[in-house]
Amino acid sequence: MPAESIALPLTDTARPFTSRLHQWVTTVDHKRLGLLYIGFALLFLVLGGVEATIMRIQLIRPLNNFVSPQVFNRMFTMHGTTMIFFVAMPLVFGFANYLVPLMIGARDMAFPRLNAFSFWMTAFGGLLLYFSFVGGDGLYGGGGAPDVGWFAYAPLTAQTFSPGHSTDFWTLSLLVSGIGSIGTAINIITTIFCMRCKGMVLGKMPLLAWLNLTMAGLVVLAVSPLTAAQLMLLVDRYMGGHFFDTQAGGSAVMWMHFFWVFGHPEVYVLVIPAFAFASEIIPVFSRKAIFGYPIMVAATVCIGFISMSVWAHHMFTVGMSSNANTFFVLSTMAIAVPTGIKIFNWLATIWGGQITFKTPMLFCIGFLFQFLIAGLTGIMLGAAPFDWQLTASYFVVAHFHYVIVGAILFTAFAAFYYWFPKMSGRMYNETLGKWHFWLFIIGFHLTFDFMHVPGLLGMPRRIYTYEPGRGWDIWNVIVTIGTFFQAAAVLIFLGNLIWSYFRGKVAGSDPWDAWTLEWSTTSPPPEYNFATIPEVKSRRPLWDLKHPEDPDWQYE
Amino acid sequence: MSAASVIGPESNIRWNSPARGPVGMYCLIAAETAIFVIFVVAYVFYIGKSLSGPQPHDVLKVPVFLTVCLLSSSLTIHLAVRFLREGRVGSFALWWLLTIILGAIFLGGTFLEWRHLIYDEGLTIQTNLFGTTYYSLVGLHAFHVTVGLLALLTVMIFTFRGDVRMQHAGRAEVLSMYWHFVDVVWVVVFTVVYIVGR
Repeated sequence: MPAESIALPLTDTARPFTSRLHQWVTTVDHKRLGLLYIGFALLFLVLGGVEATIMRIQLIRPLNNFVSPQVFNRMFTMHGTTMIFFVAMPLVFGFANYLVPLMIGARDMAFPRLNAFSFWMTAFGGLLLYFSFVGGDGLYGGGGAPDVGWFAYAPLTAQTFSPGHSTDFWTLSLLVSGIGSIGTAINIITTIFCMRCKGMVLGKMPLLAWLNLTMAGLVVLAVSPLTAAQLMLLVDRYMGGHFFDTQAGGSAVMWMHFFWVFGHPEVYVLVIPAFAFASEIIPVFSRKAIFGYPIMVAATVCIGFISMSVWAHHMFTVGMSSNANTFFVLSTMAIAVPTGIKIFNWLATIWGGQITFKTPMLFCIGFLFQFLIAGLTGIMLGAAPFDWQLTASYFVVAHFHYVIVGAILFTAFAAFYYWFPKMSGRMYNETLGKWHFWLFIIGFHLTFDFMHVPGLLGMPRRIYTYEPGRGWDIWNVIVTIGTFFQAAAVLIFLGNLIWSYFRGKVAGSDPWDAWTLEWSTTSPPPEYNFATIPEVKSRRPLWDLKHPEDPDWQYE
Repeated sequence: MSAASVIGPESNIRWNSPARGPVGMYCLIAAETAIFVIFVVAYVFYIGKSLSGPQPHDVLKVPVFLTVCLLSSSLTIHLAVRFLREGRVGSFALWWLLTIILGAIFLGGTFLEWRHLIYDEGLTIQTNLFGTTYYSLVGLHAFHVTVGLLALLTVMIFTFRGDVRMQHAGRAEVLSMYWHFVDVVWVVVFTVVYIVGR
C-alpha cells in the first residue's frame, strides 16, 4: 500500500515554528490552500458574529443606548460585507479547493500558483476591510469603518456623503478580493475540464464537482460586473467622475442594477456549493445512491442560468416599468421549479434508506426543512405587490438569513463534520457535534423564525433603535436571545474542531464507508493525493471496489 | 486500501484531456467580457445625457489608422504563432515584433488623441458624463492593450535570448488568444464610441 507508507504525519510539531509557517505561507498545494481559506473564513465568522451580536444587543429593547447610531451603521455594513465576502465565499472556495481535485482523481488544481495568488488576494482584501477601523478616518476625519450598507447604494457613496476613506476601504477590499474570486473560479473550471482521471466523463463526476463547476461559472460571470462597478465607483470618488453622480446627469439606479447583477447570482454562488455538500452527504448517511443524478445536474445548470436574469427583484420599489416588474417576477418564480426538483430528489434519496443520524446528516436534514421555508418566503417576496409592502423590512432580513444561515451555514457545518476526518486524520467528537446541532437549531429558529414577525408588523431593517409600544418589543427580545444560543453553539463547534484535532480518535481513510475518490487515499491525504492516478467506471468508484459482485457501472 | 486499486475491470478507453492554457484563457476572457459589458452598457446608457459640453460629435475624430493597425496586429500574431509551430523561430520573431510595433502605434495614437482632447478641447474625466464614460471605457481597453504589450515584450525578450522554441507554440497561442480578445473588444468600443455614440 504505497499511499499509506509515504503519508504525511498527523502532526508535524517536530519542525520549528518558522519553518512550518514558511511552508504554509509559500504553499501552492490545493489542500493547504483549501485549509487556509477555511481557517480564514472561520476567523472572519467570529468577527462577523461579534458584529451581529452587538446589533442584537442594541435592539433587545426600545431606545437602547448600547452603541451609537454611527457605530450601528458600521456594524451592519461590516457584518454583511464580512459574512458574504470573507466568510461565505472563502468557505465555498476552501471546500472546492480541497475537495474538487481529490474527488476527480487529480493531484492538484490546474494552476497551483494562481490558486495561491487568489487566496492571498482574498486574505489581503479582508485585512484591508478591517484596517478601515484604524485607517478609515483618513485626512478628513469622517467615519471609521464603512457605514454605507453592504450594497452601498449611490449617492450615499459619493465623496460628499461619505467623506474620509471608509468607503474607499470598502470598495478596494471588494475589488481586491473579487480578483481573487475570479482567479479561483477560473482555476476550478479549468481543473474540472482538464484534470479528471481516466474514465471520469462529465456524466460520472461526483455531484459536488458538477455543482462547483456551475458555481465557478457564476463567479466568472457575476463577480466581474461587481469588479467593473467598483472601478466606476473608484473613478467617481478619486477622479471626480460622474457615473453615479445625479447632479451631473448620472444615475443612482445604474449602481443598483450593476450591484444586483452581481448580488443575486452571488446568492446562488453560495447556495449551489451548499447543495453540493447535501448531495454528497445525504446519500452516504442514507446508504443509497443519489436519486436522479442527471436531473440534479440539469436542475443545477438551469438554476445557474435563471439566476442571472432575476436581479431586479431587489429593485421592485425603485419604479421600474410594469413590463420589467412582470419579467422579474416571472423569472424569480421560475427558479423555484429546478430548486423544487432538487428538494424532491434529496427526499427521494432519503426515502427508504438506512438513515444514520450522525451530526453531518442532522445538519443536512435541518437544511432541507429550512431551505424549503426560505424558498417559500422567497416566492412571497418575489411577487412585486407583496415586495412593495415588505421590502427593506425585517421580513426580508429574516428571509435571506434563512437562506444564508439556515441553508448555507447548516450545510457548511455538515461539510465540516463530514470531511473533518479526511482533513485532519481524526474523528470529531460526536457528543459535542450533537450539542452544536441542537443548540444551533434552537438558536436559529428563535432568531430567524421570530424575526419575520416584526417585519410583517412594519419594522424596517437597519434602524438603530425603535420606540416602545409598536408591538415589536417582545419579538426583538426573542430574536436576541436566539443569538446567544447560536453564539454558544459556534463556540462549541470551534472547541470541537480544536479538541478533536489533537485528541480525536484516528479516523482511517474511510470512516463513513463512502463512495467518492477522496476516501480512497489516506487521511489526511499525502501531498500528491494519489500514489497512482485512479481510473473510474461509475459515479461511485469505491462502491465498485467494495462490491465487485454488484458494481454500479452495470446500471449507469 | 490504496488509490491504485480503484480500477474496475481492465478497460482500453482513450482518455485525452484538453490543454489547461486555452481553457483557463477562455474563462479569463469570459470574465473580462463581463467587465467590458458593464462599461459598454454604462457608456450606451449615458449617451446624450451629459448636462454640459463638449459633446462627442464636437471633439471625437474616427481613428481609422489606429483601428487598422490594431486589427492587423491580430493577423500578424496569428502568423507568428503559426511560424513558431513550424519551428521557424526567425520568422516568428519578425512577426511577433511587428505585432508589438502595431500595438505600440495604437497606444501612442490613443496618447495623442487624449492629449488633444485634454489640452485643446478641455475634456477631462471630470468635465461631464461623456468625459467620465469615454475615458473609462477607452482607458480600460488601453489598459488591456498595455498589459498585452508587456506580455508580448516579455516573450520578445525571451526570443532574443534564444529561449523560445517550437515546443512553446502552445503558450504563445494562449497569449495570442488574449490579444485577439483585446482586438475584438476594440471593434465593440470603436462601434459604440466612434459610430453609435457620435
